Amino acid sequence: MNLSEFIRLAWESISGNKMRSLLTMLGIIIGVASVIIMIGISAGTEAAIEEQITGLGSNLVFVTRNFSRGGPAAFRQGGGLVYEDASAIADNVNGVVAVIVEQPSTETVKAGNVVLDGVAIRGSTADFPSVRDIEIDNGRYFTEREVDRTQKVAVLGSSLAQELFGEATPIGQTVTVDNIKLTVIGVFEERGLVSGTDFDAQLYTPITVVFQKFTPSQFARFRGDRVRAIIVEVEGPDVLDSTIQQIELLLARRHDVTLDAADFSVTTQQDIIQTQEATTAAFRSLLAWVAGVSLIVGGIGIMNIMLVTVTERTREIGIRQAIGAAPDDIRWQFLTEAVVLSLAGGAIGVLVGVGGSMLFGALSDMRTVVVTSSIILAFTSAAVVGIFFGFYPANRASQLDPIEALRHE
Amino acid sequence: MAVIEIIDLSRIYGKGEISVRALDGVNLSIERGEFVAVMGPSGSGKSTLMNIVGCLDRPTEGRYILDSVEVSEMSRAQLATIRNEQIGFIFQSYNLFNKATALKNVMAPMLYDRSRKRSNEEKEARAREVLISVGLEDRMEHEPTELSGGQQQRVAIARALVNDPAIILADEPTGNLDSRSGEEIMELMHELHQGGRTIVMVTHDASIAEHTERTIFLRDGRIERITKGGTVQETKEVASESV
Repeated sequence: MNLSEFIRLAWESISGNKMRSLLTMLGIIIGVASVIIMIGISAGTEAAIEEQITGLGSNLVFVTRNFSRGGPAAFRQGGGLVYEDASAIADNVNGVVAVIVEQPSTETVKAGNVVLDGVAIRGSTADFPSVRDIEIDNGRYFTEREVDRTQKVAVLGSSLAQELFGEATPIGQTVTVDNIKLTVIGVFEERGLVSGTDFDAQLYTPITVVFQKFTPSQFARFRGDRVRAIIVEVEGPDVLDSTIQQIELLLARRHDVTLDAADFSVTTQQDIIQTQEATTAAFRSLLAWVAGVSLIVGGIGIMNIMLVTVTERTREIGIRQAIGAAPDDIRWQFLTEAVVLSLAGGAIGVLVGVGGSMLFGALSDMRTVVVTSSIILAFTSAAVVGIFFGFYPANRASQLDPIEALRHE
Repeated sequence: MAVIEIIDLSRIYGKGEISVRALDGVNLSIERGEFVAVMGPSGSGKSTLMNIVGCLDRPTEGRYILDSVEVSEMSRAQLATIRNEQIGFIFQSYNLFNKATALKNVMAPMLYDRSRKRSNEEKEARAREVLISVGLEDRMEHEPTELSGGQQQRVAIARALVNDPAIILADEPTGNLDSRSGEEIMELMHELHQGGRTIVMVTHDASIAEHTERTIFLRDGRIERITKGGTVQETKEVASESV
């Protein structure tokens, strides 16, 4: 007997008992669909994170001050990153396209009658839009000259502009930030939430304004203005490692520390993505286990029904044995039936899973990605489950005594 | 030449003191082309004998040689092949697949045929040929539930013949039929016999046994007596001519 005959027999039996077959397959359908949806959700989350991080410009190296190494003590002694480190990197490190410095603050912002508390202020330098990959929608960004001269200008995020000025054009208007009047010279395009930061709700101003007006420091005069982060855009991924090395050596020398005790740390977007992915990986493996358990439950359902089927069809098995079916023929017949049942369940599960992922992505805030490998994985698991849980009933059928089986009512 | 050779054959169920000798030292030889009836009260061992002759069961002791092949020591898989190629079963309750057409039922033994490599078309042609020979040319696409008892038994006979077996084993083939259908089936059995088939038939009915050449009476697991059947003596000559 060949495989196509076994499949035909299996199909006749399955389609002859549609309701029961569907109920049997339900476990596998749910199992497969949940594998695909779960993997879809976690892959979607990962993709969203990766997009957020790379969405902030590409080929970036983040230099941040390191509290855990230098600690507050080092900070008091005047350690950490300073503004001048940025120009030192720009002047001395090869492969650098641009360097920007960022220094945040939080202030109350007023424009006309509108007063907003707790607005994020981002002090930065002239290359910010190009490095961070954000474009000006209206007006312009401030220049290097304006940064050097501590010009009191501001560029608004799109939603902040909307809140402060409504439909009126903000360009040329004045905003008051902690009693400092800034002239609005530009508005950014909408950027949305990136890595948990709402770039649209921020106010951008020359970093020198932030140093002088919002975060003045008594050490600044002799140690330089302390900054939260220096962001370096490098020429490409291939020079990333050498650039990082140069930056580390340069800063260690400037700060008079060894690399092991550095008061700064250098990370890339890849490092950040990996850190984030480590979090989602735990989440994903949990989901995969849950989905795997439901597949096993589905398999037990198949075994249960196959045992019932074998008992019900004992007479048929007896007849088949009488006309020449060997134990192997009987075993293959019922194993094929179990596998066809679980593969049919798997196929329906794939449709439900893909449809469910899309629906879930459309209806909720979470992003989902249908991963091709998850379909293959789920489908293969369904087949394995069918073989594993189908074997015992099929083997039992093959071991039936023909005389007993023929006598069975 | 003997197609069935049974030597000192015993079948013992259970072990030790509670063991039962269903067959106890049976010796029997059946010639090719013979039509033999097996009779006996229930518990006489005729079912056990039929199961062993049909290769559904193995003897505990003794030898069974079918068509010059010793089958008493064969594995289950080997016995399945023997059943498929050498034995055609006809049951009292027909034992057809109820969800398959007459044609599919008759094709079923060919699915398990490992030695002859026939295409699906050849298998179907063979099944049609046999169904026509039992007079069911216009019932091939019907399922058993749409057929009369006599017609169902004809399908079963066609299925028994399809692989061209060495022996036909009929277990009360007319037991579930009214007398008219029963007669028709017996006529068909005669035709098969005249065509040279070896037929072994279990029956309770002495008048049915009279159709055969020999009747073997079993009692308590032993052959009690063997009688020559009366009415078929002429047929034997016809049969031997046709062989």
